[in-house]
Amino acid sequence: MPEVPRVVHVVNQFFGGLGGEEAAGIRPRFLAGARGPGLLWEKLAGDLKIAGTIVVGDNFAAGNADAAAEEVLALIEEHVSGGPCLLVAGPAFLAGRYGMTCGAVCKAAAARWGIPAVTAMSRGNPAVAEYRKSVVIVETSGDVLGMSEALERMVRVSRRLLDGGDILPERDGTLAHGRRDNFLAEETGAMRAIAMLMRKLNGEPFVTEYAMPAFDRVAPAPPVEACGSIRLALVTSGGIVPRGNPDRIESASASRFGEYGIAGVDALTPRDYQTVHGGYDPTHANADPNRVLPLDVARELEKEGRIGTLHDRYYATVGNATSVERAREFGLQIAGRLLADGVQAVILTST
Amino acid sequence: MAIQLDQFHVVDVSLDGDAGADAAVMTGDGVLKVGEEALRSKLLARDARIAAVAIDVVRPGEPVRIAGVKDVVEPRCKLEGEERGKGRLGVLKNVAVATCGPIVGFQEGIIDMSGPGAEFTPFSGLPLLVLHIEPVSGIAPHAHEEAVRLAGLHAADLLARGACGGKPDATGIIDWQPLPPGQTLPRIAYVYMVLSQGLLHDTHVCGENARAGLPRLMDPATVIDNGIVSGNCVSACDKNTTYHHQNNPVISELLRGHGKTWDFAGIVLTNEPTRLAEKEASAGRAISLVRGLGAAAAVITKEGFGNPDADLMMLISGLERAGIKTVAITDEYAGAEGWSQSLADTTPEADAIVSTGNANMRVRLPAMERTIGMSGEVSRLAGAYANSVREKGELDVELQLIMGATNQLGFGRLRCREV
Repeated sequence: MPEVPRVVHVVNQFFGGLGGEEAAGIRPRFLAGARGPGLLWEKLAGDLKIAGTIVVGDNFAAGNADAAAEEVLALIEEHVSGGPCLLVAGPAFLAGRYGMTCGAVCKAAAARWGIPAVTAMSRGNPAVAEYRKSVVIVETSGDVLGMSEALERMVRVSRRLLDGGDILPERDGTLAHGRRDNFLAEETGAMRAIAMLMRKLNGEPFVTEYAMPAFDRVAPAPPVEACGSIRLALVTSGGIVPRGNPDRIESASASRFGEYGIAGVDALTPRDYQTVHGGYDPTHANADPNRVLPLDVARELEKEGRIGTLHDRYYATVGNATSVERAREFGLQIAGRLLADGVQAVILTST
Repeated sequence: MAIQLDQFHVVDVSLDGDAGADAAVMTGDGVLKVGEEALRSKLLARDARIAAVAIDVVRPGEPVRIAGVKDVVEPRCKLEGEERGKGRLGVLKNVAVATCGPIVGFQEGIIDMSGPGAEFTPFSGLPLLVLHIEPVSGIAPHAHEEAVRLAGLHAADLLARGACGGKPDATGIIDWQPLPPGQTLPRIAYVYMVLSQGLLHDTHVCGENARAGLPRLMDPATVIDNGIVSGNCVSACDKNTTYHHQNNPVISELLRGHGKTWDFAGIVLTNEPTRLAEKEASAGRAISLVRGLGAAAAVITKEGFGNPDADLMMLISGLERAGIKTVAITDEYAGAEGWSQSLADTTPEADAIVSTGNANMRVRLPAMERTIGMSGEVSRLAGAYANSVREKGELDVELQLIMGATNQLGFGRLRCREV
């Protein structure tokens, strides 16, 4: 006998038929079978019958969607023996509180049972920023007029996932997780470039293969006042390390940074220091590592009293091909250590 | 300017002592017979900086890894005419010379002739004559780079001279002329960026270092006639090897539709300097040249990554503001898992980008029965990690290490998309 698919559907109080805003505070409730949009789902999905509907009040989940999700999961375990094989939530369209519930429950269900979990909402829903990275979100219109289209897409995406297939935003109408993924295109890059240029010239629609990211522009810090009393540190992405590269920092795509003591060292010598950076010719940096990490000049400033003290450790990594995300992590960690050591200013050198 | 290309199709390459003084001959059935001793002695005699040359032939599908690859060159020689871009050029198709050996600048690459790594490099599909070049001890990096570069070019020239005789398998003519005024096809220019940062990041244009003399206009026939030679140690995946320049896919595409679908307005060759003022000056002059061509649109290709992203964005932004529509080809450094932003610079005008792949993607490359070029130092190359060489010679590396994997002339089909 074929196993009956155990699909669970999560909706808010409004779509669950339990009331409007006045019922927004209700705790998660299990109702057998399909309700509201679940009825249309069953028409579209054929054999993917809904075992039960969980109704969650918008205000109940608001503020602590993760705790609400835990309660929803417990309720499902209580009513669906063996756990669900698929969880669907929404569509939430532009409704923010509803979207957060859908995102949180999908994320938790996928983690708990390792099952496909699919929600749907409009690109402008505030929950998209919170959950797009980890949850499969079908893109919908802004309001319920797009209900049947949203459900059709949810059914298609659910079937693909149940069959072990992959999801492609451009084909399946989902919101991208935001991860860059390599694949082999039909045509070479040169052919694609000229075809795209012709479409752009002719005013026809075209899709860029890489949408420009919004850059995190860092405003320069205000000038340091009273330099004569500060503790200054040196940090570099130019790869200057003690000779032999004790931390084995990579020459490109660095996976780590190093922290090195320089107490009592007046200048870097080629005997004791080198660069491991793979993105520039190391000849000059190896001949005089102070050119990249200006320890010699910093010591002079210290002796002349133009800075208070030079911090007795420096930090180094390799910027070559190191991803921005990883560089940000290094920056946060290095800044944390410098702050803990009472450093007030840093000279950053790059290559 | 017109040049005729006489193409000779190579079916196989053999190392055969009996090639005579020419270093190479072609048999009637398309076997390129290379006189190993003759070739070696010619290369050693030319350059006292070379201590030893080991010569190998590798073929598609063989369990071989070439490591420490510096450049790949298609054998070509002038059969008729002196001036570059004119006359008749002999071209050996379906074969290339690859130079390799000890590290010059960390950014040499690998070519796997079989297995998963072979799928990411165009060179695994060609029989390759591999020159493993050992320099004399104590040589400076710049002299080492130059000696290896010239040896590869000389070897390619010797092979072509020996083998390009008789009736070619195919001929083609590159005879590009801009269309006369008054026609209605859209005018498309090609903005061709070459790495020119100095410090082992150089390109050579008609024998001159590209740090000077660019931006400039260049005829397609000049490019095809060995006008651009790679001399750089930028990461293997997005270094434009000499082979890529000789077979520039944007130029062939633009020539293919010239006078039919568009009007190929010409090539603006521009550089990627290191100082901000130089970057601004180069971008400004390149944009003026594109405007001077009367182009309505431009394809832009890049070499290298990180620092050159700034040059690319200046060109896109300047051209778009001048009313010239752009598409740019770039690869990405989005982190091993693809979650990071990909470029070091950006501009809102860059709304039409072709992506040739995430170079940070990790690949597992099984051990090969044979490795040519270098072995122990692979983990020091750009794109490798300290623990990249696993048990039994398996490599766990980034795509960055593979020659031509994310080529930004758009040579391959690899693409990156958002999921």
